[in-house]
Amino acid sequence: MTKKRSFFDYMWIVSLSYLILGFFNILFAWLGMICFIVPLIISISGGGKSYCNNYCGRGQLLNLLGNKYKLSKNRDIPNFIKSKGFRYGFLVFFLTMFSNMIFITIQVFKQEKNLRQAITLLWTFKLPWNWIDVSMVSPWIAQFAFGFFSLMLTSTILGLITMRLYKPRSWCVYCPMGTMTQMISRARMK
Amino acid sequence: MKKRLSKKLAKVDRDYCVACGACKDECKFGAITIKQGVFALINGEKCVGCGKCSKICPASVIKMISREVS
Ligand code: SF4
Ligand code: SF4
Ligand code: SF4
Repeated sequence: MTKKRSFFDYMWIVSLSYLILGFFNILFAWLGMICFIVPLIISISGGGKSYCNNYCGRGQLLNLLGNKYKLSKNRDIPNFIKSKGFRYGFLVFFLTMFSNMIFITIQVFKQEKNLRQAITLLWTFKLPWNWIDVSMVSPWIAQFAFGFFSLMLTSTILGLITMRLYKPRSWCVYCPMGTMTQMISRARMK
Repeated sequence: MKKRLSKKLAKVDRDYCVACGACKDECKFGAITIKQGVFALINGEKCVGCGKCSKICPASVIKMISREVS
């Protein structure tokens, strides 16, 4: 029995293109909102984790790198990472960082702060990202793009590290989107 | 005629399953469904005990058990 390939098996191409496009024009970062909102809508409307199970390009990409290209050491993930405490803790941390990013965007919108053309990796390392002209949009639109792309790149890096060290899709164990959609699904099941 | 069942069977620890669906993609026998986005459910009649799902599971929550025990 072989499964028929569907269009959605190639979502990893979309994920990869997204990461590449961000280097050419940071404003593409906005497109990432789709993979923030769609999974939530699906699970809130009772579709469970269909997004993770069928459409998530990031999960597919990690699987591809880890399994097909054998980049993963395929070890068991440490127990603490799959504990509820860590998963919920990471979700809270992630949402805090997300709110912080929104807060900075609002400050730029109110012109209390100037636009900073930089990408922050792992919430620590600031990389100047000023080879792109963003003057065609309002500064807050650009600020959000920088903030959002920072989160996307950071989570990609974490995903790649755990893909290498543990199983290919280890990121899915503590992925904030995955934790959120599972929480919603669980709440709906009761 | 009743199909002969395999000696081994996959079993999911539901408390720690993150419902990512990696196992479902891996199972060539269509034995796995993701139950309402909360945990993976193994269909014992379809499972042939190959162990592929257990290997791929990022949370390592699938154990291969013998059918007698279940
Ligand atoms: S857990 Fe996260 S990375 Fe994994 S499939 Fe779901 S949304 Fe994608
Ligand atoms: S691969 Fe593991 S964690 Fe993911 S759905 Fe299957 S049993 Fe659950
Ligand atoms: S052991 Fe093999 S047949 Fe059984 S559920 Fe896992 S992948 Fe499918």
